[in-house]
Amino acid sequence: MSGARPLEPWRWLGIPMLQAIVATLALGVPFRMFTLQLPEPVFPMVLAFAWAVIRPSILAPFAILILGLFLDVFWGGPLGLWALCLLIAYGVALAGRSMMAGQGRLIFFVWYSLVTATALVAGYLFVMLDARSSPGVVAMAWQFLATIVLYPFAQRLIDLFEDADVRFR
Amino acid sequence: MSFRDNPLGELKVPLTWAAAIALIVAVVAATAILLSDRREIFKSQAYGVSRKASDTVLAPVGNVLSVPGRWTGQGVENIKDYFAAGSQNSELKAELREMKQWRDTAIALRDENARFRNLLGLKTDPPIAMVAARVVTDSRGPFADTRLANAGRERGVKVGNPVMSENGLVGRVIGVTEGASRVLLLTDIASRTPVMIGRTNARAILTGDGGPNPRLDYLRGRDPIRDGDRLLTSGDGGVVPRGLPVGTAVKGLDGRWRVVLASDRAPIDFVRILLFEDFTQVINQQELSQTPVPPPTAGPGATPLRSQSPDAGDRASAPAKLAPAGATPSKPANAQPKPAESAAVKPAPSKTPSAAKASTTQSDTPPKPKAKPAADGVRN
Repeated sequence: MSGARPLEPWRWLGIPMLQAIVATLALGVPFRMFTLQLPEPVFPMVLAFAWAVIRPSILAPFAILILGLFLDVFWGGPLGLWALCLLIAYGVALAGRSMMAGQGRLIFFVWYSLVTATALVAGYLFVMLDARSSPGVVAMAWQFLATIVLYPFAQRLIDLFEDADVRFR
Repeated sequence: MSFRDNPLGELKVPLTWAAAIALIVAVVAATAILLSDRREIFKSQAYGVSRKASDTVLAPVGNVLSVPGRWTGQGVENIKDYFAAGSQNSELKAELREMKQWRDTAIALRDENARFRNLLGLKTDPPIAMVAARVVTDSRGPFADTRLANAGRERGVKVGNPVMSENGLVGRVIGVTEGASRVLLLTDIASRTPVMIGRTNARAILTGDGGPNPRLDYLRGRDPIRDGDRLLTSGDGGVVPRGLPVGTAVKGLDGRWRVVLASDRAPIDFVRILLFEDFTQVINQQELSQTPVPPPTAGPGATPLRSQSPDAGDRASAPAKLAPAGATPSKPANAQPKPAESAAVKPAPSKTPSAAKASTTQSDTPPKPKAKPAADGVRN
């Protein structure tokens, strides 16, 4: 009956969380070559999507809250901005979980892109209200592209843990 | 096994509801944190304890992580320099020839400028102390553009200090802790910097939007700007000193004037933090806000003031208290030039601290032309 055992949080929440933090730190170094800078994707977006698809959880929203606050502190933005954006993304993915069940990878990718776009649009609106000025759409588009490129990581996480908890197969 | 046959299927609903409630709680917490955030406020207290603690931790981590990138970048630059040595040599020679002409012009202008300053008795800006620092982390998203520099409170850095690279203005310090300071870049959405166009002296506000080229808002004047105009800090508001290079003006694809930042010419790895104090911190606000009591208006039947009353000296010296050193004291509109009054004004024995401070900063100004207009102003 080992298959019926609940999924241990440190395996599907703790380790990916640490990996996302390390990846964010690594891409936050000031490095520029031939006038090009490193891209700045939102690594925790992978987790916000994958965790919602894997199974509903009480711990996951709080893990996302912590990751979002880390992003805000590390990137120096308004505190709580990315926390809220990621939680909105998680909520959208959780709400669409039943529609995603049994679909192919392409549909998953479309959903992931939709969730990412929702988070960025929410961020755009919050920043607009906070700073009373509109953020650049081109900069947002670059970050959107850099983030949706990370979809294979989300798929890998889903493949690893989707069937790990029999209650949510 | 079908979904209905799953014996643990009914457990899904309560857990899903619990997850939804956890999500709502987390959203409420995030919203409360966002609403209470005061990042862009120009006060050191607004930079919370959590941010200071995290910056203290992140600065050494970023420093270690940036080492490979720094080495790689330096190696690439060395290789580029090696292969481009010939063409660079001819370019530098041409540049040197041009610079020699500019050097002669600059020497002549500097001399002329110094003479004009002496003649006018202008109070020149004191030299600004600087602190060199290395950038250890970098964020470039649409919602936040900040950098962490590895010099903090222990080096005298304060909130509001302007930050420059070797090419131009980078931003200003918004948070300081031990060993690290957070720099808000000109491209950040919360950044507003008063600038002027070098050619026309027209003013504008440089507004960041998360992209590489911040836009110019509130441009004033008729035809104030052209493509390629140089932009400098205007010093309006006293937060940033006047004349720091910012960039060049370009017309954006959206039809708005934008700026190609001068600091973007090279990677921003080392920066200089100017220990420039805001004008409002330097002056004595309490003294400045003192309102002098206006002298009483003499009526048509009033007896002319002959003898020096005890408060006559106070009344006459009141405008002199506020006047900067070297300036002509402003005469009250109804003041009659009486010998007794002029005697009371002329010595001006009680010099205020600000006046004393201003006069000490003008040590390069010859004393004679400064004193003469003041005396003339009283006698005429």
